Amino acid sequence: MGEDIKVIVFALGTEEYGVEVDSVKTIERLTPITRVPKTYHFVKGVINLRGVVVPVIDLRGRFGLPETAHTEHTRIIIVNVNDMEVGFIVDTANDVIDLNTDLIESPPEVVGGIKAKYLRGVAKIGNDRLLIMLNLPEVLNKQEIIQLEDMGE
Amino acid sequence: MEMNQYLSMFIDESTDHLQSLNDNMMQLENNPDDISIVQVIFRSAHTLKGMSATMGFNDLASLTHQMENVLDLVRNNELKMNEFIFDTLFKSLDALETMVQDITQGGEGKADVSHIVAALQSIVRGDYGQAGASNEAQISGAQNTTTEFRLDEYQYAVLEQSINTGLPVFYLDVVIREDCVLKGVRAYMVFNALEENGEVVKSNPSVQDIEQEQFDRSFSVYYISKIDQESLYQLISSISEIERVHILPVDEESLIQISQEDEQVNEATSQILQAVRETAATAAPVVQAAKEAVSVRPSAPSKPTASTGSSSSSNGGSRTIRVDIDRLDVLMNLFSELLIDRVRLEQLASDLKSQDLTETVEHMARVSGDLQNIVLKLRMVPIDTVFNRFPRMIRDLAKSLDKKVDLVITGADTELDRTVIEEIGDPLVHLLRNAVDHGIESIAERLEAGKSDTGTLELRAFHSGNSVFIEIQDDGKGINREKVLKTAIKNGVVRADEANAMTDEQVYQLLFAPGFSTADKVSDISGRGVGLDVVKSKILSLGGNVTVDSNWGSGSKFSVQLPLTLSIIAAMLVRVGEEKYALPLSSIVETMIVEHKNIRHVHGSTMIDYRESVIPIVSLADVFDCPKSSEVEKDTSDVIVIRKGERLAAFMVDDFIGQSEIVIKTLGKYLTNIYGISGATILGDGQVALIIDPNALVK
Repeated sequence: MGEDIKVIVFALGTEEYGVEVDSVKTIERLTPITRVPKTYHFVKGVINLRGVVVPVIDLRGRFGLPETAHTEHTRIIIVNVNDMEVGFIVDTANDVIDLNTDLIESPPEVVGGIKAKYLRGVAKIGNDRLLIMLNLPEVLNKQEIIQLEDMGE
Repeated sequence: MEMNQYLSMFIDESTDHLQSLNDNMMQLENNPDDISIVQVIFRSAHTLKGMSATMGFNDLASLTHQMENVLDLVRNNELKMNEFIFDTLFKSLDALETMVQDITQGGEGKADVSHIVAALQSIVRGDYGQAGASNEAQISGAQNTTTEFRLDEYQYAVLEQSINTGLPVFYLDVVIREDCVLKGVRAYMVFNALEENGEVVKSNPSVQDIEQEQFDRSFSVYYISKIDQESLYQLISSISEIERVHILPVDEESLIQISQEDEQVNEATSQILQAVRETAATAAPVVQAAKEAVSVRPSAPSKPTASTGSSSSSNGGSRTIRVDIDRLDVLMNLFSELLIDRVRLEQLASDLKSQDLTETVEHMARVSGDLQNIVLKLRMVPIDTVFNRFPRMIRDLAKSLDKKVDLVITGADTELDRTVIEEIGDPLVHLLRNAVDHGIESIAERLEAGKSDTGTLELRAFHSGNSVFIEIQDDGKGINREKVLKTAIKNGVVRADEANAMTDEQVYQLLFAPGFSTADKVSDISGRGVGLDVVKSKILSLGGNVTVDSNWGSGSKFSVQLPLTLSIIAAMLVRVGEEKYALPLSSIVETMIVEHKNIRHVHGSTMIDYRESVIPIVSLADVFDCPKSSEVEKDTSDVIVIRKGERLAAFMVDDFIGQSEIVIKTLGKYLTNIYGISGATILGDGQVALIIDPNALVK
């Protein structure tokens, strides 16, 4: 038997993603972002989160999806992983659901080794809803990004 | 009774007292004749003794008691300080420190201090003349008597006079309940009550002993009362945990009886005192002191000596409180939030054009400005908290090496973030020990070299930019380049053919290589080749740097540069394109306006004439790929000239916003090593501005 976890659901385009509520600190509306030069293209900059300077990354950019203009639904999810605070820019974030870890299936191997790393698995909820669970430490793993960028060159 | 709640207070206060003891002992060593310093030391020691006795740390209390005995003789001029006494007292302080540390770590504060106690006792007993002996005689005399005790001439006279003038005199016997935890406190309450309504002439055991609980369960006093026996009885028995009190009125007859019993003893005492006077006849001050001792001392117990000590310490204690550092962080962040709202309010007020609202907001802005200053300063600690233990350390070190060293500390009030303060202690200890051991020569060598016999060791701290510099400079023999190179070649750190090409600075850096030592002989202070490399790695791990400068024959200077992890710096805010950046004011040489036609192109890079030289000029917008502002092209640019060491460079910006005090914040763990950026700050409007690291931009 797996354990029940609470998951925050957010959307990038039409796909729904989930992160465990334990690693989410807050969800913020879009605030002015100060650009940081000379860093990865998906790092949008830093924001002032109640006196703490927190870097924000565009998850679309991180996952290789086309970046879109921000709307009034755009949210910044502040996560805390391994004492690292990072904000994720997502299209919307509006749901918290209970999920049994048994429902999470391993990510499909076909997508290829590198990309699958930051996916924890896929959970099927309800009839037609698929939730992509993220492996946060891997999302923030810069080692992999460097590899990706090397491959791109 | 729960003692734990007092434990942390005890530890804090005793640490403070030990520090003040150390400081004052050092002062006294320089001015051995200054009795006022001895008084301060005595009070500190006395308070420490009282505190530790109350807390039940008896070893601590008894060692302090022995120290106090010695100090008591000194402050009454019955004993001259000399080297042996200083050393013994310093050793006692060390032992006390060890015990307090043990208590801090949850121990019992027990330690074997018998040899120190023996040394202290031998000082008191009279390797130093009979003055000590007479004192000892009085003490032991007082301790040997149990129920009855003796009055000296003076006290006897006081009692006699009171009886003659009609004031009732009582002999009180007070017994405290067996299960009383803090009998010292109860006894103190009794004394307090007594002193409010009369005068305690003599108590047995002495007031001091009672305060440290060095009595069984009962004590007795001779007391001149302003109230009658009945109310006196009520008064004492109303104090809780007093088992019984026995009050005997003393009249003239019984007084005479007592005095007769005492006569024999008094005679002996006066004989001893006489002897003291005779032996000390050659030294006039001592005679004076002996007289003082007779006339002043008996009245001393009736005044609670502890009260002066404890009141001064409670004044000192209430001036600071200890706060969890996390709370300060929270406070700081909450305050930043407030600032954002303030800016928003200011905007609203100006939009609404309401006079009252504008005035209120303006007032709020002033208050929050003051508040900001205080909040920012809270986390800063003067480096004195690290420096204050060095004078003692250097003294001991110099003594053990048979050298004379004068430690000069400047900038002890330089403030550093707490986190850095906690880390730099050990590296500095290493560097100082090295300077005393390797740097400063022995007295004979110094005289031979034509220097004064006392070496000077300077310890300086100062702010510069967003760094704090700590310099350790000695006027010793300096670093021998050849010797360093020889050792380095021998240890395979460098090759012989490389050696000659190395600059002095490079050679000195070899000292920090692991396993390197130039000391001819290995001493227990330093010279095992571990040390400087540890120092360097520690300082580097703090994000700092250490450099060496030396002149053969006239000394060397170790310069430690430390960053302020969280600090306020003065910065110039500039606009580049649509973005705002902050530049540390410390690296800015000047600001100016440059006409574009004066920019020259030299081998693919741009340069401008600046004073007598030509310096490179770069556009910050190009460096940081800033989106261009929509403004029309101008034919002049605002330029900031910055300095890194000896080198100058100019940065083109779009606009100067102004000068401001900013708080340095990190970009977080996710973004590390961003080119040209050392951190970020939050501006008054809540926006984040990046802080440019000019050092990274100037190669």
